Amino acid sequence: MTDLLYDADEEALRDSVRALLTAYAPWQRTLAAVDGEDRYDLELWRRLVDQTGITGLAVPTEYEGAGAGFREVAVVLEELGRTVAPVPFLGTVVATRALLACGEHTLLRQVATAECEVTLAVGFATAPDRTPAATAPTSTTRCDPVRVGSGPTLSGRVSGVVDAVPEGLLLVPAGEGLYVVEAADPAVRLTPVVSLDATRPLVDIEFTGAPARPVATGVAAAEAVTAALTAGAALLASEQVGLAQWCLDTTVAYVRQRHQFGRPVGSFQAVKHRLADLWVELTEARAVARYAADRLGADDAEASLAAALAQAYCGPMAVRAAEVCVQLHGGLGFTWEHPAHLYLKRAKSSAIAFGTADRHRAALARMVDLPAPTVEQRH
Amino acid sequence: MSDHTADGLRGLVAAFLRTHDPAGDRTGFLRARFDAGLAWVHHPPGRGGLGAPAHLQPVVDEAFAAAGAPDNRPRRNSIGLGMAAPTLLRHATEAQCRRWLRPLWTGEEVWCQLFSEPEAGSDLASLRTRAVPEGEDWVVDGQKVWTSLAHQARWAILLARTDPAAPKHHGLTYFVCDMTAPGVQVRPLRQITGEAEFNEVFLTGVRIPDAHRIGAVGQGWPIARTTLMNERVAIGGRPLPREGGMVGVLTRLWRQRPDLRTAGLHAEVLHAWVRAEAARLGALRLRQLITAGEPGPEGSAVKLSFAELSQQISGLEVELRGAEGLRHDDWTMHRPVEPDLLGRTATYRYLRARGNSIEGGTSEILRTIIAERVLGLPTEPRRDR
Ligand SMILES: Cc1cc2nc3c(=O)[nH]c(=O)nc-3n(C[C@H](O)[C@H](O)[C@H](O)COP(=O)(O)OP(=O)(O)OC[C@H]3O[C@@H](n4cnc5c(N)ncnc54)[C@H](O)[C@@H]3O)c2cc1C
Repeated sequence: MTDLLYDADEEALRDSVRALLTAYAPWQRTLAAVDGEDRYDLELWRRLVDQTGITGLAVPTEYEGAGAGFREVAVVLEELGRTVAPVPFLGTVVATRALLACGEHTLLRQVATAECEVTLAVGFATAPDRTPAATAPTSTTRCDPVRVGSGPTLSGRVSGVVDAVPEGLLLVPAGEGLYVVEAADPAVRLTPVVSLDATRPLVDIEFTGAPARPVATGVAAAEAVTAALTAGAALLASEQVGLAQWCLDTTVAYVRQRHQFGRPVGSFQAVKHRLADLWVELTEARAVARYAADRLGADDAEASLAAALAQAYCGPMAVRAAEVCVQLHGGLGFTWEHPAHLYLKRAKSSAIAFGTADRHRAALARMVDLPAPTVEQRH
Repeated sequence: MSDHTADGLRGLVAAFLRTHDPAGDRTGFLRARFDAGLAWVHHPPGRGGLGAPAHLQPVVDEAFAAAGAPDNRPRRNSIGLGMAAPTLLRHATEAQCRRWLRPLWTGEEVWCQLFSEPEAGSDLASLRTRAVPEGEDWVVDGQKVWTSLAHQARWAILLARTDPAAPKHHGLTYFVCDMTAPGVQVRPLRQITGEAEFNEVFLTGVRIPDAHRIGAVGQGWPIARTTLMNERVAIGGRPLPREGGMVGVLTRLWRQRPDLRTAGLHAEVLHAWVRAEAARLGALRLRQLITAGEPGPEGSAVKLSFAELSQQISGLEVELRGAEGLRHDDWTMHRPVEPDLLGRTATYRYLRARGNSIEGGTSEILRTIIAERVLGLPTEPRRDR
């Protein structure tokens, strides 16, 4: 039976990750990181990897992973969501899922032991069913699908990739296959993007005849990418829950102590009811996110449905939480010096990542047989 | 204990069925099932249960259903099962439980709830119905309103004022009232759907033996809170399969009637599906959290989303039906045992759903409860405490 609660191991993992984040990822430090040149807080990332082994959580023990699973990964993401810490964990998990699907044991071992970082090189807005996200070329992005040349080598562009680090490996879907390419190769150019969510940097990647090694071809390659994107959509929901929980907790604490008209702002019913509604939504979102993480481990058809449900529900919920947080902090919530904006930007960009809620609802419509009207019916 | 697993309980049901004929006397079968502890497994032994985890109840119900055994038609005695029973279990004496629980569970005795009054609804603790001691009895005078099932009920849980001088939350006492006692008068109160599920109840010199008092004199309010918290979970937290409940009516209609589909309605149907699924999983997680324990203020959440969802979905269904949504089936006054949600037209569902955000605590009151008791936000200044 589906267990929507947290077990003792998950709570212990949460405690250790939270302790570390409390000590090393205060929001002032995150703000300083995004304000400066650094794209990630690499010192924090090292500590997380060394002290809690998070890159190996979902990797089986035979490949030197912790052999835990996606429920545990989800708990870590909740904590990272609470702190909007700038570390490349989500991208690592997504790539790990692809590697698991193609049985790339050497790379899995390297990911688990944090010898190298692997990133799936597809746009962050790509939904698991690859319904075309809004990828129309703009003045700054060019549409130029990656082609496979002899060698094999890869040429083309991918825009808006998350968590790609210059020293790491890229897992690139191209032609009929899935290839590994070194990001540091001279024939690969990573161009940082000014992203809405500065705590989660994006890059555009250009390949100009980059040497590549195939890790899967045909159906296996397509399935590995689908599995990875499904995991991304499912697990992102836990990050969204953690983020929303921070927004709610912080806002509740603020309106309790902030006084106007001679009483705490939080004693006004308009404020209370808004927060109560948010709490109800968050409570349901947590159940949905737990369900999605749980089904991911079972790896059945229900995993896709649960992932689509998770993004259809949790993405908008997190955006509302961050918006309420800004609103109920008044002018303070609108300042750069208060962390609320970091959460709002993370929430809004996450609502697009791995497909918008609308795309996931459309996917659900297909999965649960609630078809859209045909063209004639629209008249 | 090994019996307290799904397999253990299935074994107990199988053993029970070997000695009790599911095709035999219905009431006898149900009484025996209660005595065997297989009525509500999470209740204590001797009170219809085995002290097993509550989440195993569906296992037992399914095993009985699979054998074609009669069930206790839970919705027929919804107030008894959802509100009176948990309150009795928590606060009544052994003798009181022995008298009331079994016929309540088997459906032989239906219960109702005499709480609301014309002047006291959301502000329940301001109620005026008085109970005055006289010998071994209490004599009760007052008027209750919106009382569902009063016309079917053998017993009622009753909240009455026993100390008019005390602050309003301290002067209340909780009783069980015999609905057949002299002085109890029930009058149907017609509602928005045309029928009369609820009633006005007039209590004139009604004698209630002191043995039918639940808990201490003056302790009625905390006990009533047990009732109200259970009421919310009973209304909103029922286990449902995917597309169970009102959303299933909508999705079936969508699939069967391509002629009704428009792009805008498609978006709304999908929104409703997602919300319903989230509410279903949320209720499941809540049940996993409380397993055998008492529902806390968190239970308000499931009731609140149930009300909003049933209203949104039933409203959408009427619009989806288009011209058909202009037609209603029947305005004559019935006195149903339970609302016939699936057997009647969409317009009936739409109208009945208006009550979902009023009965069992209004949505406004539930939001305040969540804000104050779950989130710890300050109360509004009040003049009545
Ligand atoms: C279908 C149905 C069945 C019922 N069955 C029973 C039953 O079996 N037994 C029984 O005892 N009762 C029953 N009730 C009564 C129900 O519990 C009350 O109607 C409910 O508690 C509201 O009380 P009221 O009707 O007096 O409304 P009021 O309390 O007068 O409220 C009027 C409006 O004001 C709002 N309001 C009141 N106070 C506040 C506040 N502090 N903050 C913000 N808004 C506020 C309410 O939300 C509501 O919108 C039933 C009601 C319905 C609709």
